[in-house]
Amino acid sequence: MSEHHIVPLKIYMLIFAALLVGTVITVAIAFVDLGFLNTPVAILIAMVKATLVIWYFMHVKYSPKIVALFAFAGFFWLIIMFSMTMQDYYTRGWHEPLPIPFLEN
Amino acid sequence: MSAVANAVENGHSNGKTYLNETYGIKSWLFTLDHKRIGILYLITLAAFFAAGGVFASLVRIELATPQGDVFEAETYNKLFTMHGVVMIFFFLIPSIPAVLGNFLLPLQLGARDVAFPKLNLISYYLYTAGGVVALTAIIAGGVDTGWTFYTPYSTTYSNSFVALALIGVFINGFSSILTGVNFIVTIHKMRAPGLTWFRLPLFIWAQYATSLIQVLGTPVIAITILLVVFERLFQIGIFNPTLGGDPVLMQHLFWFYSHPAVYIMILPGFGVISEVIACFSRRRIFGYSFVAFSSLAIAILGFLVWGHHMFVAGQSTYAGMVFSFLTFLVAVPSAIKIFNWAFTLYKGSVLLDSPMLYVLGFIGLFTIGGLTGLFLATLGLDVHMHDTYFVVAHFHYVMVGGMVMAFLAGVHFWWPKMTGKMYSETAARVGVFLIFSGFNLTFLPQFVLGYMGMPRRYHTYPEEWQALNVMSTAGASVLGIGFTLTIIYLLWSAIGGKRAEANPFQAKGLEWENAGSPPIAHNFVDIPIVVEEAYAYGKKHDEAQIESPEPAKEEEVV
Amino acid sequence: MSDAAHSLGRAHHFETAEQQYESATLGMWAFIVQEILFFGGLFGAYVVYRNLYIDAFSAASHQLDISLGAFNTGILIGSSLTMALAVRCAQKGEKNTIIGWLVATIILGFGFLGVKYVEYSHKWHDNLVPGSSFVWEKPGYLDVAGGQVKIFFSLYFVMTGMHALHMVIGVGIMLWLIAKIRRNEINEHYFTPIEISGLYWHFVDIVWIFLFPLLYLIGRHT
Repeated sequence: MSEHHIVPLKIYMLIFAALLVGTVITVAIAFVDLGFLNTPVAILIAMVKATLVIWYFMHVKYSPKIVALFAFAGFFWLIIMFSMTMQDYYTRGWHEPLPIPFLEN
Repeated sequence: MSAVANAVENGHSNGKTYLNETYGIKSWLFTLDHKRIGILYLITLAAFFAAGGVFASLVRIELATPQGDVFEAETYNKLFTMHGVVMIFFFLIPSIPAVLGNFLLPLQLGARDVAFPKLNLISYYLYTAGGVVALTAIIAGGVDTGWTFYTPYSTTYSNSFVALALIGVFINGFSSILTGVNFIVTIHKMRAPGLTWFRLPLFIWAQYATSLIQVLGTPVIAITILLVVFERLFQIGIFNPTLGGDPVLMQHLFWFYSHPAVYIMILPGFGVISEVIACFSRRRIFGYSFVAFSSLAIAILGFLVWGHHMFVAGQSTYAGMVFSFLTFLVAVPSAIKIFNWAFTLYKGSVLLDSPMLYVLGFIGLFTIGGLTGLFLATLGLDVHMHDTYFVVAHFHYVMVGGMVMAFLAGVHFWWPKMTGKMYSETAARVGVFLIFSGFNLTFLPQFVLGYMGMPRRYHTYPEEWQALNVMSTAGASVLGIGFTLTIIYLLWSAIGGKRAEANPFQAKGLEWENAGSPPIAHNFVDIPIVVEEAYAYGKKHDEAQIESPEPAKEEEVV
Repeated sequence: MSDAAHSLGRAHHFETAEQQYESATLGMWAFIVQEILFFGGLFGAYVVYRNLYIDAFSAASHQLDISLGAFNTGILIGSSLTMALAVRCAQKGEKNTIIGWLVATIILGFGFLGVKYVEYSHKWHDNLVPGSSFVWEKPGYLDVAGGQVKIFFSLYFVMTGMHALHMVIGVGIMLWLIAKIRRNEINEHYFTPIEISGLYWHFVDIVWIFLFPLLYLIGRHT
């Protein structure tokens, strides 16, 4: 129907090329010692690639805003899951186990 | 008489409604009509509720005496496990969305069906398939892990049919997810002309919030179930402490869904309460937008509090503090609703028909349940009360005193809409009395027992607690009689009861004013155009406010 | 769902074809959201254990073949391109070219699965498949806890296995689409099934975009 925007071939090829380049960069940079930054950088590149796929291949750029909201909500909920779970594991070592009085006799 | 009103009265010109439009078992089992699917769910759900009730009765029989003299310990473990699994996964979670949501959503939205009718039927069969698999596990010998199937007991040490039961739950989960998908799209895309978001009935807002949780939460328990099944069958080791696996991780993943799941259970109930209270106070809901937004707030905040089930599981105390604080926050939107409903009653013309009696019971019992949840959210108290009967009493107050009573309120309120028949109001009031009194007699003593330290999931207890346990068992008998009576008089009315008028409670809403009781197969003669707010009770010239697109001609009236 | 009396593919409960198209898109996205959370549970377990056992995860990750993984990433990105081009042809009504691009997508999908099969059999030979046959005895890594390595491989097999299962389902969907096209149930006015199947396929690609670095590239700089 009228609202279906036909994405130019050039854009698809550009995105495809960008995704391949991103893959090459991901592999190459894995062999470079960036200290603690290796992991965040790898994730960042993956997020950029995912965004390109979502925005162009999945046509979210040309879709109603509600679609983008749905996509964002899905990933945001993952952030909730990861962060609220990890706040348990990060803080477990922060104190000694609480004393259990009746066991100490 | 306008064509609309006449269609409402006669079910279109040939007297055909969705119930008798087509005949035969195949026309029901292969139906794509959301109303018939709702009825199918109602029947299957009632069967599961009865099964879960049988397990509960056996548990209470054992607990009438302090010794474990009726069942062996392992059998008792299976009984409470299966009570929980059947009631939570196969009754409570589907209940209102599957029955009332399916039936009412298109009608309240002014649509002819949900967005994906075939998917709707698939949801129903996934539900029954999951139920059959779970029942197979039960009949084969049962599961004894508790409905929470914590590792490493469920993965390594239990000798019961864990994998089979979990696969049944897994399949059922897809039913929930697909229903959520269907409802979200239906609410976004199938609203009648003029039906803006803030003119929607609050039942729709509640159903929308529920569907968000179903889509965002259920897949996480799906993957948790798969991991537990893989660990059990293939020893992959992911929750095995001897390898470095963390059983608490399984609890994190489990409760990430299972806490929001309780909001899947209660939010639709909140929606029903709003509808019934508005009708039987003859008033619009006080603070409509607060109630609407509070549903969304509960859905979102509900995902941030799951650690309150794990305060003593080995979770970090600092994480416990965070979860405790957030749990106090999530109580706020629920309280907002209670206040708004109370203010709706104030200066309303309150009618005490049976749906309203259930609603009033809900408000009291849910408040008790919710407040006792705050007790448990308090870290210091939970250390003592976790895994005691205090917890059992708390969740039964919200799930039975709250959710089941809301479900019954909704089933009664919309019964004439769904069946075209009216139940006996006297029988219904007896039912309310039995259920309300039986419920409180069952579970109020359990708060005391829990506070005194009686552990849950034990089939024996010290003798000094027998009196309270006997009270609880007696209450359970009354409760069981109440539920049985309810099923009987409802069935009786459906088969041979009095024919209901189109709008016996003079309720407002598209399902009441623009569709018959029962509705025709495609819901409306013409799609209505909405021009007024929801719950416009007490407005003059009510009939003129909701129009059909074309003026009625005399020839159309039959 | 098709009815000769209506325009192709329009179901009776929708008022307009546009409403149906937008509903289908929104519905598929809602489904994708739940898929995100489904895989997300596995990623959550991964995040926890990687933080706890970084040395074991690093040692385990070194056992994976980067060139095969990178090659597979390229294949999958290519299949996303061919899928997007199939949708584009559908929008333009070029029936035969749609089938061509769908076939290309299927071939690339099979290529991916073939490589995965090779990788899985390598792991099986090395006794790295979790279960009773699992043995950790890699020279140079003997001080790393075998149990923790086993947890990595549990996650590896479940995550890539789930992903592969979703790809198999995707290939099945492609074949179903080809059948629909050949039966003339899809034209330039109604190609919604292709579009929403494309959404599904791209999502499966996105999962792999995250899986590849997180599984194959841990601690490669040491």
